Amino acid sequence: MSTTLITEDTDAPINTEQQSREKRDRLLSWLMPIVMLGAAIGYWEWAVWYFEVPHYLIPAPSRIGQTLITDGPSLMVSAWFTVKLTLLSLLLAVVGGVALGALFALSRTVEMSLFPFAVILQVTPVVAIAPLILIYVHSTFAALLICAWIVAFFPILSGTVIGLRSADHNLRDLFTLYRATPWQRLRFLLAPSALPQFMSALKVAGGLALIGAVVAEFVAGAAGQNTGLASRIIESSFRSEIPRMFAALVLVSLLGIVIFLLTSWASRRVLGHWHESELRREH
Amino acid sequence: MSTPIIRMDRVTRRFGKDVLAVDNMSMDIEAGEFISFLGPSGCGKSTALKMIAGLLPVSAGTIDIERPSGASEQDLAFVFQEPTLMPWATVFDNVYLPLRLAGVKRAEAMPRVMAILAEVGLTKFAKTYPRALSGGMKMRVSIARAMVTHPRILLMDEPFAALDEMTRSKLNNDVVRLAKEHGLTVIFVTHSVFEAVYLSSRIIVMAARPGRVAADIPMQTPWPRDESWRTSVEFSAVAQSVSETLKGTLHVDDLDH
Repeated sequence: MSTTLITEDTDAPINTEQQSREKRDRLLSWLMPIVMLGAAIGYWEWAVWYFEVPHYLIPAPSRIGQTLITDGPSLMVSAWFTVKLTLLSLLLAVVGGVALGALFALSRTVEMSLFPFAVILQVTPVVAIAPLILIYVHSTFAALLICAWIVAFFPILSGTVIGLRSADHNLRDLFTLYRATPWQRLRFLLAPSALPQFMSALKVAGGLALIGAVVAEFVAGAAGQNTGLASRIIESSFRSEIPRMFAALVLVSLLGIVIFLLTSWASRRVLGHWHESELRREH
Repeated sequence: MSTPIIRMDRVTRRFGKDVLAVDNMSMDIEAGEFISFLGPSGCGKSTALKMIAGLLPVSAGTIDIERPSGASEQDLAFVFQEPTLMPWATVFDNVYLPLRLAGVKRAEAMPRVMAILAEVGLTKFAKTYPRALSGGMKMRVSIARAMVTHPRILLMDEPFAALDEMTRSKLNNDVVRLAKEHGLTVIFVTHSVFEAVYLSSRIIVMAARPGRVAADIPMQTPWPRDESWRTSVEFSAVAQSVSETLKGTLHVDDLDH
């Protein structure tokens, strides 16, 4: 039997078609959402003008933009209030959720004793608890913070608990074999294993913190004691200032989008180099 | 005769009330032996290995591992059926793990990690993440991690079962070479007769329900053997006789599935 070895010493022709297709795909992934969004806003503007819809029913985007500029300073103060409320409640939810989650993962007894409280907090609608909290807590900001925190806290807690438990059992054995201390086990095995679940919980909690903040402001806003974006929406609706309602709504939306982008970016930063959920696949 | 490095005395392991995974297993293992636990699934070979590693408690009996005085570092290593690498860490960090857990600083560990990576031919991949490696390469990282503490005993739980034939045979030779160069005592769990015959200096054939030692076969052929022995008449003859022993341990109903 004779064997022939095949050697390759010339460069293979480059598939330029495939390369340009990839370039086009990258461009389209940015361009398409922008174009579609622009088209939708353009149609809205045109439809309001064409059907002569009065601005106190549905304002045109241009009028909303104008309101954003004229009412800008006062709206910004409200926006800052909501931003503070949302981010602070998210931060406290992360701190509390991770601490309690770690405690749950370490001890079944603690989990069994405290889990009912976590579930009760989660299943009771925040709108129902908010009036009570507003009565008992003197500072409105603190009361709103508690409401938003309740909503954002649970996903972080359950994500952390599930994440910490999801470490590969062979790797656990390996750490046992090498007599790892509890701290080493947490630092080098459990925490990294928990990151995928934690990051997806963070994305959910980011959105929920904003919802919690808005809902709490609605409840408190009727009492007219604070200046968040949601209470501006209510206040404007009492005065039938529809463009200002839309302007505040745009700001709430923007805040939600920024939180979503930030948490998604963080997730990619943390998991991008190893976890399936954030890996780019070649087509 | 010297004291055995591992002595198992009437070791028994139960799971729950009814399942007897390992029943009354006794044996002495001498330093430098390359032992295979060979048997069908469910014969308790992995359970026995995990008990030796201290990862599973025994239900009855004792396992004594002889430790020379002053042996402070990890002297027993385990290679799992899956590569069991940390996907978030590079090849270097995966191999560095046992030293890191023992408190060795990164700079101090560097030459040792790189030396063992060189031995398994992965120097170029120190900064690579496991997902970019082939199955065989992942297994070599796993072996390097086991070897980095310079253990005296290496326990391997069907490490190459999921690999293709070529890779498996290559890794077989690598393990034998490492075992010889480092003077290791190896216990190698496998269900492949050919693998057991090629690798071992002694084969323990195990039977199922309850898991027990069915035969203890010392291999006459000098160890280690080279690749050409795989195609020799002697190899076929030994493999056939071990196969017969193994078949004799099977229950009739085992052959259906």
